[in-house]
Amino acid sequence: MTDPAATTPAVLAEGLVKRYGGVAVVDGIDLTVRRGECFGLLGPNGAGKTTTLRMLLGLTPPDGGRLTVLGEPVPLRAREVRARVGVVPQADNLDPDFTVRENLITYASYFGLSKREVGPRIDALLEFAALDQRSAARVPTLSGGMKRRLTLVRALINDPELVVLDEPSTGLDPQARQHIWQRLRQLRADGRTLILTTHYMDEAERLCDRLAIMDRGRVVACDTPEALVAAAAAGLRYLQRPANLEDVFLQLTGHDLRE
Amino acid sequence: MTAAVPPPRDAAHRRLPRLSLRFLAVWRRNLRVWRRLMLPSILGHFGEPVLYLLAFGYGLGALIGHVGEMEYIVFIASGIVCSSAMFTSSFEALYSAYTRMETQQTWAAMLGAPLDVDDIVLGEAVWAASKSLVSASAILVVAGALGLLGGWQAVLALPVILLAGLGFACTALIVTAVSRSYDFFMYYFTLVLTPMLLLSGVFFPVDQLPALIGTLAYLLPLAHVVEVVRPLVTGGTPEAVALHLAVPAAYAVVSFTIASRLFRRRLLR
Repeated sequence: MTDPAATTPAVLAEGLVKRYGGVAVVDGIDLTVRRGECFGLLGPNGAGKTTTLRMLLGLTPPDGGRLTVLGEPVPLRAREVRARVGVVPQADNLDPDFTVRENLITYASYFGLSKREVGPRIDALLEFAALDQRSAARVPTLSGGMKRRLTLVRALINDPELVVLDEPSTGLDPQARQHIWQRLRQLRADGRTLILTTHYMDEAERLCDRLAIMDRGRVVACDTPEALVAAAAAGLRYLQRPANLEDVFLQLTGHDLRE
Repeated sequence: MTAAVPPPRDAAHRRLPRLSLRFLAVWRRNLRVWRRLMLPSILGHFGEPVLYLLAFGYGLGALIGHVGEMEYIVFIASGIVCSSAMFTSSFEALYSAYTRMETQQTWAAMLGAPLDVDDIVLGEAVWAASKSLVSASAILVVAGALGLLGGWQAVLALPVILLAGLGFACTALIVTAVSRSYDFFMYYFTLVLTPMLLLSGVFFPVDQLPALIGTLAYLLPLAHVVEVVRPLVTGGTPEAVALHLAVPAAYAVVSFTIASRLFRRRLLR
């Protein structure tokens, strides 16, 4: 790799802070996401995961700290960064008035890509999402899993270096989750960087090279899933089974309900 | 390589809007949706003015006869071109824009792509203005078919309508930017649009009003739009065109600046 851009981390956050009404939702976090890895953000509801993702995209202006995404300062050059990033939001925001294909054509137009330019790419993406038979279907007729797959490939329309996913498999049945996971592994194998938030320990354990556990706006642990489990295993000796990531998570963030 | 600590963010939201041709992607997206529903939409644009012309032009007009030299149906047709542009543009910038912002989260999807809030607001404003052009054109077609137009120069009303539509859209977008539900828009209709409709010379000349109210009417854009469009549509020559066009233009520029700032504050939190 001689390209200097490829040697900078995908994300470098130092002392990132976001406050709402005096309350720090993100409270001075440091994160480094390496190029080509799948990085997970774990945490209970309200831990600051989504706010962190929004800051990475330049959609939430931080109140303090430094942030660089794909070598560009954010939020100063957030728009240029978003041209190289794919976003899979938590809530479905597909265009209900359009067909599957029209959704992709329209989204491509937001990147300045013409219908003719992206035509072949859309065919490939529809196949990737197993939606090639449904390209003329209107969005309201799709199942939850299909919508999620369409949202995923919509995020790939600009051939992004980094894909940001906010709870990519929430609300999906096991088959649909398996399909999404398999596709995410493929994206990583293509050399893309993935950042995802999740509540699911199995998802984090299967997909992520490294993960950060967030709680109350802070990063309370950050390592590979194996290392996190190993490090916490000492404190979990009372268990009658080998420790897993869920044990680590609850040990770090407590058992109290958050909402 | 790393960004410095950003300035206090409210200051960033307070900046002037940055205009870019990227707004065209937003405009085209709305056009693509509209094309699917084009037929009923256009029929709607024809239907309402025809009713107005029947009711006011033939019904009321038979009693009134003439306004000055002008047959009442000609007077009212030229006024409705303007008021219909106002309602079409405002409706789009209120209800439809709000739907795309909140209900459908279309704007959220756009903000995940390399579009800025300013691009979206400009795209919505120009789109609403474009729709006012459609509704004004529909009325001109009906008026032309009824022989109510003064001549070819009626088409010169269209660029005026586009500018007016932009002004109405930007003002309505301010309301959308601070609204928490659709219900809030009723205040804007009741307190702003309806008085403007009744006082701006659409149904009767402004000089019929008490002087003070007439002066107030000219603080709002619709009266100025009527002053230019009515002569163009009825075969006369408008006077003080620059002054009359400056008012909707000023509404567009000032309102756009305010609206884009409010939307930045609302969406980039």
